[in-house]
Amino acid sequence: MLRVEGLNVHYGGIHALKNVSIHVPEEKVVTLVGANGAGKSTLLRAVSGLVPASSGRIRYAGREILGLSAHRIAREGIAMSPEGRRVFVNLSVYENLLMGAYCRDDRKEIDRDIEWIFETFPRLLERRDQPAATLSGGEQQMLALGRALMSRPKLLLLDEPSLGLAPLLIREVFRVITKIHQEGTTILLIEQNAMAALNVADYGYVLETGEIVLAGTGKDLLCDERVKKAYLGET
Amino acid sequence: MERSPLFCRRAGTGTGFLELTFFLQQMINGVALGSLYGLIAIGYTMVYGIIRLINFAHGDVMMMGCYFAYFGILMFSLPWGASFVAAMVLTAILGVLIDKGAYVPVRHAPRISALITAIGVSFLLENLGLVVFGGRPKGFTTPDMFAEVYEIAGLMIPALVLWTPLITLILLSGILFIIHRTKAGRAMRCISHDMETTRLMGVDVNRVISITFAVGSAAAAAGGIMWAMRYPEINPLMGIIPGLKAFVAAVLGGIGNVTGAMLGGLLLGLAEILLVALMPEIAGYRDAIAFGILIFILIFRPTGLMGSKLPE
Ligand SMILES: Nc1ncnc2c1ncn2[C@@H]1O[C@H](COP(=O)(O)OP(=O)(O)O)[C@@H](O)[C@H]1O
Ligand SMILES: [Mg+2]
Repeated sequence: MLRVEGLNVHYGGIHALKNVSIHVPEEKVVTLVGANGAGKSTLLRAVSGLVPASSGRIRYAGREILGLSAHRIAREGIAMSPEGRRVFVNLSVYENLLMGAYCRDDRKEIDRDIEWIFETFPRLLERRDQPAATLSGGEQQMLALGRALMSRPKLLLLDEPSLGLAPLLIREVFRVITKIHQEGTTILLIEQNAMAALNVADYGYVLETGEIVLAGTGKDLLCDERVKKAYLGET
Repeated sequence: MERSPLFCRRAGTGTGFLELTFFLQQMINGVALGSLYGLIAIGYTMVYGIIRLINFAHGDVMMMGCYFAYFGILMFSLPWGASFVAAMVLTAILGVLIDKGAYVPVRHAPRISALITAIGVSFLLENLGLVVFGGRPKGFTTPDMFAEVYEIAGLMIPALVLWTPLITLILLSGILFIIHRTKAGRAMRCISHDMETTRLMGVDVNRVISITFAVGSAAAAAGGIMWAMRYPEINPLMGIIPGLKAFVAAVLGGIGNVTGAMLGGLLLGLAEILLVALMPEIAGYRDAIAFGILIFILIFRPTGLMGSKLPE
């Protein structure tokens, strides 16, 4: 579904992604593991069209999308829940969800999806008409996830959806990720919590200072000595 | 422009009743003038809210709206209503073209570049106006409907002074409806908070910015036309002073906030008229009042009355 080939991204003099190639097959969960500053967010931002690449290819559903503007890419069916939530704090919870469905016109289906989100995250229903600024960090994360789902994406990009959440909420987030995956959405997931991510992922890549250094199925990576040492906190 | 209070006092007997009617008359007049400042301020505040640009050409866009209306009546002999609406539409298009032609190319440049571009556009419009329309002021015919003078409870009130706040209120409601109840308005509010994330939602940001320019410019045209009827003549430099005062109103109300802009406009209009009425000896300084207020706000409350975020 998504194939990144030989991607290079520079921020001024910083070479943030070096010849990165990854493949996200349809209906699979693929995860990117790596330390802070490895370039994980940069990869997702390049796929969504937020940062330009200096070279490489990004093919999605058989089409080259590198160079398309971000809103065109979103309309192709790629949604992202960005790092740091980035909910629209000046809009109500309900309006945030409507923004997620900006490209859709099927009013009835949109209402149904919003209901589904409220069923999945009852906390959001309680705060339906409050500005998103009043939500706690965890609730904002739920909202960012819900907003991304509102576009009914074919490919969902999640940048650290469990960051800063209480353990109970983290489990909730992973439950939702599993659920939408089962319903047929392809997911590219970045997680600090490498253990949880590799557990749900079909396939994983390890990124180090802008380069892919390891790749394998989620299970293989979980058992890999180097991964254990560097990312799973084992010695 | 505004009738001197001395004249009123001499005409009357100096009773309390006359003092009151005089005061009311000035209040109504202040509200009318303030509505115009507010209407023009809306364009400043909407554009600033969405792309953080002080559109210094906004007053000149207002001036162009007046000329569109003038030529609509004079050259195409349109009925005044049709001419005014056509002028608003043309001014909206002009606003969008200015954005596309001048501001889009510097959208990602440092902010100072956009600011200098705006000043350039302002000079361009003014000088284009001087060349094309000529520097000599043109008389602006006020439709009879606005030219009448009503006598209400001893007050002599020109119809225009009553119509101005009413029309302003209708336009303000329409604009607030767009901002708070439509998809485009929702996108505007999102862009003003976080443009990048708004693009992730599939929003064509440039299109929404165009809509913002269109709405702000149309409001300026409406304000300009009512301004032209008030002082019934137009000239290519007429946009400068109302433009600056509307800018002060926008800052006073809290730049980025539409209701605030209207409130700022009303306060400024009232302050100006009342100060001139109560202290006619300083009437010559009326334009200085606005800038005094501006300096005062920038020092003591840069977020304005209704602003929340600190403008840079
Ligand atoms: N907007 C930016 N400007 C300059 N450098 C950046 C920018 N964003 C990220 N970087 C740099 O690019 C590298 C990768 O960052 P990022 O993709 O955010 O890493 P990760 O998400 O893996 O923590 C880091 O060295 C970071 O400092
Ligand atoms: Mg990151």
